[in-house]
Amino acid sequence: MLVLFFIISLAAAFLIAMFGRKSKLFCHLTSILATLSLFLLSLYALYLVNKSGVIVYNIGGWIPPLGICLVLDGFSAFMLLVLNFISFIVAIYALAYMEKYTDKYRFYCLFMCMITGMNGVILAGDIFNLFVCLEIASVASYALVAFGTEAEELEAAFKYIVMGAIAASFILLGIGLLYAYTSTLNMADISLAIAHKGFNTVILLVSVLFIAGFGTKSALVPFHGWLPDAHSSAPAAVSAMLSGVLIKVLGIYSLVRIFFNIFGVNQIILMILAILGAISILVGAILAIGQWDLKRLLAYSSISQIGYVILSLSLATPLGILGGLFHLFNHSVFKSLLFLNSGAIEYATGCRNLKEMGGLKEKMPITANTSWIASLSISGIPPFSGFWSKLLIIIACVQANRIGLALIAVAGSIITLAYFMKVQKVIFYGKLNPAFDKIKEVPVSMRLAMIVLAVLCLLGGILFIPRILVYFLKPAVSVLLLGTNYAFTVLGGVL
Amino acid sequence: MSVYFLCLVLFSIGLYCVLRRRNIIKIIIGISIMEYAVNLFFILIGYRWHGRAPLLSQNQEVLRMVDPIPQELILISIVIGLSVLALLVAIAIKIFDKYNTFDITKIRKLKG
Amino acid sequence: MVDSNKKEEIGMSFMVKTVTRLTAVVILLFGIYIVLHGHISPGGGFAGGLIIALSFVQVMIAFGKDIALRKLSEAKAAVLESVGGLLFLTIAALGFLGGHFLINFFASKGRPFTLFSAGTIPFYNIAIAIKVAVGLFSIFIVLVILKRAKKEE
Repeated sequence: MLVLFFIISLAAAFLIAMFGRKSKLFCHLTSILATLSLFLLSLYALYLVNKSGVIVYNIGGWIPPLGICLVLDGFSAFMLLVLNFISFIVAIYALAYMEKYTDKYRFYCLFMCMITGMNGVILAGDIFNLFVCLEIASVASYALVAFGTEAEELEAAFKYIVMGAIAASFILLGIGLLYAYTSTLNMADISLAIAHKGFNTVILLVSVLFIAGFGTKSALVPFHGWLPDAHSSAPAAVSAMLSGVLIKVLGIYSLVRIFFNIFGVNQIILMILAILGAISILVGAILAIGQWDLKRLLAYSSISQIGYVILSLSLATPLGILGGLFHLFNHSVFKSLLFLNSGAIEYATGCRNLKEMGGLKEKMPITANTSWIASLSISGIPPFSGFWSKLLIIIACVQANRIGLALIAVAGSIITLAYFMKVQKVIFYGKLNPAFDKIKEVPVSMRLAMIVLAVLCLLGGILFIPRILVYFLKPAVSVLLLGTNYAFTVLGGVL
Repeated sequence: MSVYFLCLVLFSIGLYCVLRRRNIIKIIIGISIMEYAVNLFFILIGYRWHGRAPLLSQNQEVLRMVDPIPQELILISIVIGLSVLALLVAIAIKIFDKYNTFDITKIRKLKG
Repeated sequence: MVDSNKKEEIGMSFMVKTVTRLTAVVILLFGIYIVLHGHISPGGGFAGGLIIALSFVQVMIAFGKDIALRKLSEAKAAVLESVGGLLFLTIAALGFLGGHFLINFFASKGRPFTLFSAGTIPFYNIAIAIKVAVGLFSIFIVLVILKRAKKEE
């Protein structure tokens, strides 16, 4: 069953590349059907994990340490659900939004390639396949950032590719060292070998290489240079994907999987991650205040929110991990929604500069209201989903006796509220710019996508009901708490 | 052992080239050097003294094969490198179209 | 060549063209040989595909863009590349007949060092070769077209 995630997305990409040039309808139909079926499949995967635990699929029938295997456990199922849900919503949104670009079929082809890569990263059971899928997703996203081929986009894409290529080299070097040390590529097997040989300098060197490599992919602060440019230059649908899932899947998922399940929890590395997360929160938030370009502001805000996730996960307590994963889910919902809103505003008015806007609330009521919900949610105002996850993170920090980190989290949240209030006030209230007298609300498909995400923001708190929590987040948390015992559950019958 | 260090030196040369050069083409060359250094590192991992190519052949027993897995891995990594390189070169051509220069200090429309 | 015929000016000199006429087909055949023997000797779909692409690239360098594009146009190349990918995916998915994705369901156990006993592996090789050959060729075309478009501006 697990290979279907590859087959559907890859086949959709090739079919669109083949026939998409002729008919636009085919393009739309294929991409929507493919993303919808991936979403349903990931729901089914979540159900299966809850029913029967870890699922291992051996490609070609070769048993795990020898052949390539795909692994579906609680954490993968959770990430799959987030990824495929957001990609389905973005595919709906792109129906109308991408009309203004020529060569729409190329967008869908690259989009499906990106989804293939990310599905591969999540399901990969050996570390080299993880790298290959990561590169598939990255290369597709490089091309998508440069999609408009204007001067700024090319410049951003160049910066992104250079940093991405350096990161990939670091990761590959780390994999090489790891292979030389343990002489296996299967993640579970590596974990066993390291547990056997103990933690020493080689592993520390590999860890540093991986933090640099995956840290660049997830835009933690010292490595964040590419993100504001790439996210603000790409088409809005693409930035929603980049910010909503790409940096999470390529960066956080791989980082957490490697440091929790393969190397085992180690205090030095957790400390480094906590510091990186705390710096990301503050630097991202402070840089975001000064921005007058809407998408650039959102991009800096992404850096800050990613800091929350890493900070919370690095506590390595059950509550911390729960809060981190919950915030990851919430962030992908409301940040995608905000990027889609920015795309809608750009679609209607044709400009992104906050100084030129004002009073759009009467003209675009749906965009205004959904954006209002997302802003309140991201700044952590009580009934919305963001509040619950930030509350969990702060409580987890206090529980782990890290009062300093808790204070940083609170401060970051207050700054977030400040700059989102600025955005709301400047765009939707105040005096209407006379140039925008004739604008209209955006087309149906864009409206639909925004409303679905907004409802999810509103209902985010529902996930706290224990019955749903058990299904949705608990399996993922338990996988991470399992630590290196992951190896035994994967290799299971073989050992 | 010194071979591995030379390999890392090559990697550092590539990194230096990426970080310090101002010409886009030289940056691209630097990225390629880094990739090749990593590929070389993989080959060195798999090598054993007086090893043979990992091929079975008819009517003879092959002893002391080198490890075939790193070779297979770098085949894939070369393909990835090729695709990234092609994309970089295409974007470099387009950038030259728009800015009429290869100097990255003059390509600065994005700020902040 | 002191010919003032305009057609002759496209591409490289007479020597290069003659050598290309002689060698291009040989290189193409060598590529196909490598593809078909992929399972019993070094090489295979990827290397063979590269060699096939290089034969097209050689024609293109020697005779100019237009003659090479007449043999394999840009749109056709894009479609063929997808065909290669889909072919691979289909064969891999047919592995479900044998119980697993990507399994070699055709032959139970081939004899080593014989050409026709590898089950599905040659088909995989052919699919990869199509994809690689056309993909590399279209990368080359795109770069050439980009450069040409700039000159015309």
